[in-house]
Parts: sequence; C-alpha cells; structure tokens
Amino acid sequence: MGEEMNMMHQRILVVLPHPDDEAFGLSGTLAKYIQEGAQVTYACLTLGERGRNMGIPPFANRVTLPDVRRSELLESCKAIGIQDLRMLGFHDKTIEFEDKELLDGRIMEILQEIRPTLVFTFYPGYSVHPDHDATGAAVLRVMESLPAKERPPLLCLAFSKNCYSVLGQPDVSVDVTEFLEHKMKSIQAHRSQFQAAELLGNRTLKDREILDRFGTERFWTYPLNK
Amino acid sequence: MQVIDIVQVQNRIDSFKDQDIYVHLELTTGAYASHHDSSKHPAANFITNAVIRYSNGSIVGSNGIYRAGLKMEHGWLYAEGLTTWDESDPDRLILAGHDGQGKLVVALQLSREPF
Repeated sequence: MGEEMNMMHQRILVVLPHPDDEAFGLSGTLAKYIQEGAQVTYACLTLGERGRNMGIPPFANRVTLPDVRRSELLESCKAIGIQDLRMLGFHDKTIEFEDKELLDGRIMEILQEIRPTLVFTFYPGYSVHPDHDATGAAVLRVMESLPAKERPPLLCLAFSKNCYSVLGQPDVSVDVTEFLEHKMKSIQAHRSQFQAAELLGNRTLKDREILDRFGTERFWTYPLNK
Repeated sequence: MQVIDIVQVQNRIDSFKDQDIYVHLELTTGAYASHHDSSKHPAANFITNAVIRYSNGSIVGSNGIYRAGLKMEHGWLYAEGLTTWDESDPDRLILAGHDGQGKLVVALQLSREPF
C-alpha cells in the first residue's frame, strides 16, 4: 500500500508529540499525499517546551520557547500543506505520565470527528523518546478500542537502534524526491531546533547523498488485527 | 539571553528575598543522550511552579560559569553551570546554562507569578 493507494479524498490523521517530529520522518509523504488530494489533520500533543535547543546562537529561552516552537510548527505545516493543525496542549516529557483516560479521550474525539482512512504515529517501544513511545501507545489503545472493521491502517515511524532487527524492514516506502523542497522547508521552519544549513552544507537537493538520506520515507504498518 | 551580569542577577535575587516565589529548576542531558552515545547515561529532572521562600541567596563563579544557592527555611536550592540570563525580562529571573553546542543543560527561574 502507500504508493498504490489512491490519495484522492483520503483523510489522514497524524498524531505526534513534538513540533518537528513531522519534519524528518514524514513531511515528504504528507506533502505528496496532500498534492494527490488527501486531507491531513495533524494532532501535535505538546509544544516541545522542554526542548534543549534554543537556536545557535540561542535566541529562545525556557520561557519563550513554547511560543517560538508554536510559530515554527505553523510554518512547517504551511510548507507541507497540512490543512488542519490541532495543538492539544499537553506538556513535553509528560505524555507517559498523563492520565490515560484524558489522553486517549482527546485522541478518540479527533478520530471520531475526522474518521481517518489512514493514521500515522510513532511505533510504541521503538521510537527512542519516551513521549514518542507513549504517543504511539495511546494511539494504539484508541485504535484497538474500535471494532476491527472500523480501524484504518496504522503506519508507524521508528528509529530505535533495534527497530530493523526486531520489526524487520519497513513495509511501506514512499519516494519523496519530488517533494524534497517541501521537506527541507519543513525542517528549516524549526530553526530553533535544527541548523538546516549544516544538514545541506553546500549540496543541492539533487545530490546523491541528500537523496539517499532524505528521498525515501519508511513506515511499518502496525499489525492491528493480529 | 545574555551572558550573566553578576551584579544585576544578584540584585534580582535579593529582590525576591523573604517572599513566596515560584521556581522552575531543571537539569537535563537530553532524552537522546544514550541513543547518540551509549556510554552516556540519560538523566533529567525538572520541577515547575513549586513555591519556595528564601532568606538569602547568591550567585558566584568565574570565567562565565556560575553557581546559585538559595537558603530556605528547611534546606537549600542549588544550581551549577549557569551561563546566561534574560536581561529583557523585567519581573522574573531567568537563568540557564548551555553546553558548547548551545543546548540547554540547566535552568533556574524565579517569578512572583507561575510560569
């Protein structure tokens, strides 16, 4: 699926905890699907207000960071073409401690409103940051509470050191070479977090190295019905 | 954020003495410390909007790296590695320490209103 799926009229729900989580992992895929006619709702759980990066040289601080990152998120979504951004107001680093009824309830509300045909989140247990794993686990709980036939496919991002050895090869690969401009703009929007100029160096988007690193986005379909 | 001006920061610390003050205190290696380097042990803590009251406090240090200590009725608050403060904030004291890559490692913030 993925490449073959007709994206016209698809409704996609993306649930991730931090502004910038969308940038490296799936901004190209979202830009591509949006161009093909998909509607995307992005539920971003926190403002990343406990991030350590403040820009180089620092232009934010602990007090101003939430506002800075909110603006960066809006800019990134605009670059990708995301039509519907929901900032859920949870607090960075606390997702695993959050009241599960509250957390799952917020995600369920959006799921019932959007009735997505495809959902993206982090693969619980294979996504390194505790917020990533806890977000994936919450989405999974909500999906599993739906009757099996009402569950849309769940595509997961993962990047733990053991994700390939345990999960195997990702079953969905999306060629985003035509959307690298969108992707780099999404990454660059998060200027407090990434020094995008360093990532690109003096290379262009057509360079082999850039295409290899950024040109394909990979996802694991969660085995929901097993 | 600017490099710490020890005179101005000391004045701000003194202005909060003997009052109920909201504190944010934080130390972090970052959540990716061991992902990037398995020899590193990831650790972090923060406490936000705890109310404290101190009878005296000071900032000391040299070469641009400072320590702060606040003496409370039943104990102490301590932070080491502070490098910058937010000169533009007129009411609160915003102190932080950044590593060589500009990443925040430590923060100490005091305010009369919650953060």
